[in-house]
Amino acid sequence: MTSAPIEKQNIGNGKSNKRKYMLESLSSKLFLFCALLSVLSLLLIVGFVFYRGSHPFIAGGYSFFDFIFGVDWVPSEDKFGIFPMIVASIYATIGALIIGVPIGLFTAIFLSEIAPKRVRKIISPAVQLLAGIPSVLYGVFGLAIIVPFLQNYLGLVKGQSLLAVILVLAIMMLPTIVTVAETAIRAVPKTYREGSLALGASEIGTIFKVVVPAAKSGIMAAIVLGLGRAIGETMAVILVAGNSLITPTSLTDSVRPLTTNIALEMGYAAGVHQEMLFATGIVLFSFILILNFVLAKISARGAN
Amino acid sequence: MSLMKQSEGTAKINVKDLNLYYGDKQALFDVSLNIEEKKVTALIGPSGCGKSTFLRTLNRMNDLIDGVKINGDIVIDNEDIYKSSDVIKLRTKIGMVFQKPNLFPMSIYDNVAYGPRAQGIKNKKVLNEIVEESLRGAAIWDEVKDRLKSSALGLSGGQQQRVCIARAIAMKPDIILMDEPTSALDPISTLKVEELIAQLKKEYTIVIVTHNMQQAARVSDKTAFFLNGEIVEYDVTNNVFSNPKDQRTEDYVTGRFG
Repeated sequence: MTSAPIEKQNIGNGKSNKRKYMLESLSSKLFLFCALLSVLSLLLIVGFVFYRGSHPFIAGGYSFFDFIFGVDWVPSEDKFGIFPMIVASIYATIGALIIGVPIGLFTAIFLSEIAPKRVRKIISPAVQLLAGIPSVLYGVFGLAIIVPFLQNYLGLVKGQSLLAVILVLAIMMLPTIVTVAETAIRAVPKTYREGSLALGASEIGTIFKVVVPAAKSGIMAAIVLGLGRAIGETMAVILVAGNSLITPTSLTDSVRPLTTNIALEMGYAAGVHQEMLFATGIVLFSFILILNFVLAKISARGAN
Repeated sequence: MSLMKQSEGTAKINVKDLNLYYGDKQALFDVSLNIEEKKVTALIGPSGCGKSTFLRTLNRMNDLIDGVKINGDIVIDNEDIYKSSDVIKLRTKIGMVFQKPNLFPMSIYDNVAYGPRAQGIKNKKVLNEIVEESLRGAAIWDEVKDRLKSSALGLSGGQQQRVCIARAIAMKPDIILMDEPTSALDPISTLKVEELIAQLKKEYTIVIVTHNMQQAARVSDKTAFFLNGEIVEYDVTNNVFSNPKDQRTEDYVTGRFG
């Protein structure tokens, strides 16, 4: 009885474990390095954009207030006002949310709660494929289908408009919203559903009174991600926005959101002009940061 | 046998030749039994014997599962529940308490008021009354009356289960189905729920699935022993436990298998 365990102990004692410990600490350092790379990239990008973008306001004597609220963007005349673009970005994003969120949410609910397996097997991959389409193709689609449609149907001189941007962005945010919201809804315990139905609630009542509220924070996350996609989208927007430098007052106005301003002019800009484009980037970045923060707060409150 | 005769007169639920299939697999075989009004009927048997499946046919919860096929008759109050299409009405008449407490992530009040609200009751005074009455009925009013507006998920498991019972009786059902209601609870909470069941049977017809044979013996008036999707024996609880007619029942209740 007593001799057997002693023999067993000898198995591990033959050689030193030094190498194992070294390998262990080495590999954990490697993993840490990989993890830090993304943080480093973030800091580099943000730092670079802020450094270049803040230069004209700190060293060049330009007013940040005029930059944000100025309505004229004429680099050749040294006028850098991005107010029209800010408004265009806000309108386009809100518009896309108004269309995209309900459609995305209803799709997610349908897929997770209502659709029979066979139907889901067709729709789910289709939605996911939608996410994989390169954004330039969305732009081409918008330019070839939506823009002419608006032009003919609404009798516009030019179909490239805020409305076209909204429609394209709404389609583009669908896969994000649908996939994330569907996962969140699917994660709601089946027992909630059963409890509600057993109390004589209808299926739709159960979905909206119990299942969706229980998935609230996940749905909020879906909306934030969709929002991020919409506000940051550039390529598709350039093609359908029209890119006019006016403050949009109607859905049919041609617009230039923040992203397209950078993409359109960065290629040839130099000096202050280039730095002002970086400053546009700061605004865009702050925008996303604020929205994320606000929605994170909302979803945190929802979780309580 | 005289008891059986008497029971047929006051039967609340009549089940006849019930067969249930999950796809190709048959889970219930020719189940027939009459469940008496304002009595506690226990369904016992080893895991996978079909007792929960059977319980869930009574309020058509199996409808939620894809590929379930059911034939046979279940008559409740002279209505064949599988011939009537109004499953909502059926479920308002039959309360259900699940294995694990499944309160919704909302306040205690909203949980109990959930069913009545789903039926369109909006009057605050009426709802207040229903909530209080139901929580009192489930013997939990004193414990939660000061925190009706706080989240139901902050309660202990045993309290949650009693709020679940309150939520079920808020619908003023005739029948309460309980699917192993104490399997996730500690012994003291279990005792409280059992005491509650004894109270509730004055007003409600109760069908309880349980793994715990002592519990079946303690709380029920009649017991049905399920094995492999069939009812082996259905009789007054005392007889099932102390004088079983079938050898398999005896083996089970004496702990020889299961």
